[in-house]
Amino acid sequence: MEIIKTGVAGTLESCDASVSVEEHGLLELVIESADSRFAPRVREAALAALAELGVRAARVTVREKSALDCTIRARVMTACLRAAGLEKAPWEALK
Amino acid sequence: MKAKDGGGRTLPETIAGFGKVAAFAGAWASAANRGAPRKLLSAGRPSKLLGSIDEAIRRSGLESGMTVSFHHHFREGDLVVNLVMDAIARAGIRDLTIAPSSLTNVHAPLVEHCRRGVIKRIYTSGLRGELAEQVSRGLLEAPVVIHSHGGRSRAIREGTIRPDVAFLGVPSCDRAGNARGWSGESACGSLGYAMVDARHACSVVLLTDFLEDYPAIPASIGQELVDWVVQVDRVGDPAGISKGATRLPKDPRELLIARRAVQAIDAAGVIRDGFSFQTGSGGSSLAAVRFLRELMLERGVKASFALGGITSQTARMLEEGLVGALLDVQSFDSDAARSLAANSRHYEIDATCYADPHAAGCAVDQLDVVVLSALEIDMAFNVNVITGSDGVIRGASGGHSDTAAGSGLAVVVAPLVRGRTASVVDRVETIVTPGESVDLVVTDYGLAVNPRRADLAAALRKGGLEVLEIGELREIAERITGVPEPVEHGNRIVGVVEYRDGTVIDLIRDVRA
Repeated sequence: MEIIKTGVAGTLESCDASVSVEEHGLLELVIESADSRFAPRVREAALAALAELGVRAARVTVREKSALDCTIRARVMTACLRAAGLEKAPWEALK
Repeated sequence: MKAKDGGGRTLPETIAGFGKVAAFAGAWASAANRGAPRKLLSAGRPSKLLGSIDEAIRRSGLESGMTVSFHHHFREGDLVVNLVMDAIARAGIRDLTIAPSSLTNVHAPLVEHCRRGVIKRIYTSGLRGELAEQVSRGLLEAPVVIHSHGGRSRAIREGTIRPDVAFLGVPSCDRAGNARGWSGESACGSLGYAMVDARHACSVVLLTDFLEDYPAIPASIGQELVDWVVQVDRVGDPAGISKGATRLPKDPRELLIARRAVQAIDAAGVIRDGFSFQTGSGGSSLAAVRFLRELMLERGVKASFALGGITSQTARMLEEGLVGALLDVQSFDSDAARSLAANSRHYEIDATCYADPHAAGCAVDQLDVVVLSALEIDMAFNVNVITGSDGVIRGASGGHSDTAAGSGLAVVVAPLVRGRTASVVDRVETIVTPGESVDLVVTDYGLAVNPRRADLAAALRKGGLEVLEIGELREIAERITGVPEPVEHGNRIVGVVEYRDGTVIDLIRDVRA
């Protein structure tokens, strides 16, 4: 999936994540966690979502407020779709 | 006046069959020179009114190194602690031990007093907000001592905590110091914790924003215990009194947990005529009252008394005749305060009568069932209500361990997962209530019974409820949240958690991250 503009998704409400995806030469992932003890889990979840969509170059910022993995995945994917200018999710490609 | 010349008569130094003679030396002489722990600073004065807090501090005899105490009946609306501590700092007094019954979010300004050496040591039931955050990071050299409400009464009566001056905010009092909590603009209801301080402190200063005509009786704190009275603009913010821990439950998850808890209590056979209950603060335990009431109406069952921690809901049950009496050590909202003023079967009790383990009997021992909240519960059913899963202090011991020990059935309710934090864990961050006092854990994913209570598990199963192992609840939680990295603690002890009998049940160490 190719990132062509800035896409954002999510909120900073408790249990949610705010994700922004921008054009960038390589893949850069910044995690800001409300609870740093879960930061490694959040990173894993975000990387898995990016890999699933085939995003290889982008600057991705995840600011999360104790969101669960499923929420991280949903917000990252939506932000990527918007940043790629796609209207619909490539459902067939998703696990 | 000469000692032997009391009242103008010449008296012998001793009298056979009587003993040593302490001769009369003036109407107030013995009060001033007694050397007894209780100072009588204003005995004989028609009015104890002083013009300012600063003057009260001067005339209370407060010196550096002493202990001052407060109460937390104004909860998040308390204005007294900050007012008094600011005045104490202005007077240049330092190295104080402060012993409030508890502290809340509004007490963040105490951080500065700790930094400047005005406060050296803290005894409290709880800590929240900025002060708790800083204490957790090593603000004070001496560890904070966390006690339960019953444990505090015990410590004060036994002299472990000896308040030199109690500064007690009261919603109303007269010039002689007859004080009560249920009238005035800042009405907070029961003064149950403050009554202990008034009885055992070396001197007592009342602060009020509503001066009544003498005699303001019946009084919760009688004039015989009070040295000085200071009128201030405001002692409490009514909006803050019912804020925080007692928000009204609307969350469907909390309602679900509450309904399950009441089903389990019912299956345990507790809900019959004449039973008694207490519910703690926190959404699910407050919500449990609602379902309990519905069930009692449906069955035509009446409770003999409710204890606590009284809320508008329990006050309503008293008025409906569903509960025979309310024993109120602390009113959680303004409706409860109104009920205390209006209902003759709504009784104010002090913390000694409520939960003191070394008193000759206390009300918690009479409880059939208590519903309590928790931050964490572990595999041994130990409960943490004082530190977050990140190791930072953010709660209060309160009456948790007192009621769990005293009641016939101790039910702990909690959502299995909060945000990304599991409530059922391998090992709680800090033990406040030992697992041996906890009978039943109810979560939104199911309930677990302490293996010590095989009878209870059997009763619940017979009542058609599914009983899980506590380990199963932990596994479900872990599947949802994943396993966090461990908390990074330092080596410094920032808190000592006392069990209600004064023994140490756990330690809180500083957090680094």
